[in-house]
Amino acid sequence: MRLSPLHERWRRVLNAVSLGLSGVCAVVVMAPVFIILAYLVANGIRSVNLEFLSSLPKPPGEPGGGMANAIVGSFYMVGLALILSLPIGVGAGVYLAEFGNSRYAHLVRFIADVLNGVPSIVIGVSVWALLVVPMRSFSALAGGVALSFIMIPMITRTTEEMVRAVPNALREASLGLGATYARTMWSVVLPAARGGIVTGVMLALARAFGEAAPLLFTALGNRFWNVYLDRPMANLPTQIYEYAKSPYQDWHRQAWAAALVLITIVLVLNVVARLSTRERFRALR
Amino acid sequence: MNEPATEAATAPERRARRGAATFWSDRLFRVTAVVCASVLGFLVLFFGYELWQSSTLSIRTFGWRFWISQEWDPVRERYGALPFIWGTLVTSIAALLLAVPLSLGTAIFIAEVAPRWLRQPVSFVVELLAAIPSVVYGLWGVFVMVPWLREHVQVPIARRFGQIPLFEGPAFGVSMMSAILILAVMIIPYITAVSREVILAVPQSQREASYGLGATRWETIRRVVLRYARVGILGGIILGYGRAVGETMAVTMVIGNRPDITMSLLQPGYTMASVIANEFTEATSPLYLSALTELGLLLFIITLLINALARFLVWRVTRGEVRH
Repeated sequence: MRLSPLHERWRRVLNAVSLGLSGVCAVVVMAPVFIILAYLVANGIRSVNLEFLSSLPKPPGEPGGGMANAIVGSFYMVGLALILSLPIGVGAGVYLAEFGNSRYAHLVRFIADVLNGVPSIVIGVSVWALLVVPMRSFSALAGGVALSFIMIPMITRTTEEMVRAVPNALREASLGLGATYARTMWSVVLPAARGGIVTGVMLALARAFGEAAPLLFTALGNRFWNVYLDRPMANLPTQIYEYAKSPYQDWHRQAWAAALVLITIVLVLNVVARLSTRERFRALR
Repeated sequence: MNEPATEAATAPERRARRGAATFWSDRLFRVTAVVCASVLGFLVLFFGYELWQSSTLSIRTFGWRFWISQEWDPVRERYGALPFIWGTLVTSIAALLLAVPLSLGTAIFIAEVAPRWLRQPVSFVVELLAAIPSVVYGLWGVFVMVPWLREHVQVPIARRFGQIPLFEGPAFGVSMMSAILILAVMIIPYITAVSREVILAVPQSQREASYGLGATRWETIRRVVLRYARVGILGGIILGYGRAVGETMAVTMVIGNRPDITMSLLQPGYTMASVIANEFTEATSPLYLSALTELGLLLFIITLLINALARFLVWRVTRGEVRH
């Protein structure tokens, strides 16, 4: 290689410029997070008050009212989704971690990853065909089922990773004491992996809270209170969508408030989940 | 291993050799786990079946013409998918073109350039992009980004480059351009996360060899690290593309929802996902519903293929099957 001083300088300049550009990319990519959060707080904070959190929506065009039913509805359906998806997701994850080398397990793992990428609107249409059409009504049940289909593959994959991370010595100690395999899983391995599984479940919950597309034609939305599984139910994401589309100024204001409430729930779940993982990894080291 | 007379083993011996799997509780445990795992496969079949069932009416009525017809007329019950396929293709590909360089730059920054203490926080903030709900992106897009874009970008562009087909027509604000920008922001975290992982998986010895030959850091990144990681990065890009194709709420809120095939980025458009979200609850006739479901079926098949391909590529790298 010829080493002319000019060429050397060019290489050094190119190096500095390129590395600097990568930093610029990072700043540009991070900027939307702060911009969007700032707008949410600025436009929403004044409208998140007692009336908003505790009262029902007013009729269209009338100012005031709130989204109490939507907030409760979101928790209701996400809770339902959790009940449906937790056993299945953890069971499937344990299968992948413990019996994960068969051809069938590879297939299941592949399907779990592919399912993670199925658009939530498609899940909404499928559940509509499964539950809404035969029941002849939009329902909270259909909403919860649709959300659970989003959560199942997420919980499966994190459970697998966490159960895999449990040291084999723990399993061997338990088996060596004469415990059956099932008992070892239940009393030793799963408790050891619990922290990580909880983290994964929290991230899945955060995703489910924010999903509007699968609820549009399953839970639909509701302007009144509902606790019944077989009737339409209000929820934050679709309410934000409806209000943002509406022509009413006051509904726009409430949409911002609802978005602020929603993002707070989602961010709290995310931050707590990540902080707890980090601490656990530190403890392992 | 040198046990004699294996065939002559008695039943209890055989059971003992098979070990723990003989207890009824263990068998129950195993069966339960298999059943849970099978639910996932069942889900894929179920989505496909339900979508196909619900779209048979449309498939029978229009046949293959559905895919090439431009007409979308609920009043006269004529449905064609082409405007939505067009909108989905244009927005997702353009969003990818914007997102890939930014994501790669960010991934390189996190994995190779940033000081150690900065990596975690930057990764965390980028991951928050993926945590923000789609409908919140849409809300911000329609009330903040769209008016701003219209005034400061689209009107000047339309005035200066109005003759070019790419920027024809009046500036609406809600447009393909808005959808592309929002989509790019939304898929960046996915591409960045995968790229960062595969870059971090490049063995240190590769970098050291390159430094040893006198390469600068950038030369090492470009010629050694990115080359080594390229299959995995391609997987991440395809994964991000799958997200862009299926993204619904934010796109519906900023794209303008008009079933036209237009070259112009300033004009409103429509995508497969957004037409389902926007018109499904208003669809009154069985044929209308069926046509929308057929779009869902197509979307399902496309995203399945995209994700399968992406998974395949990423796995090859992280499992270490690719050596160059």
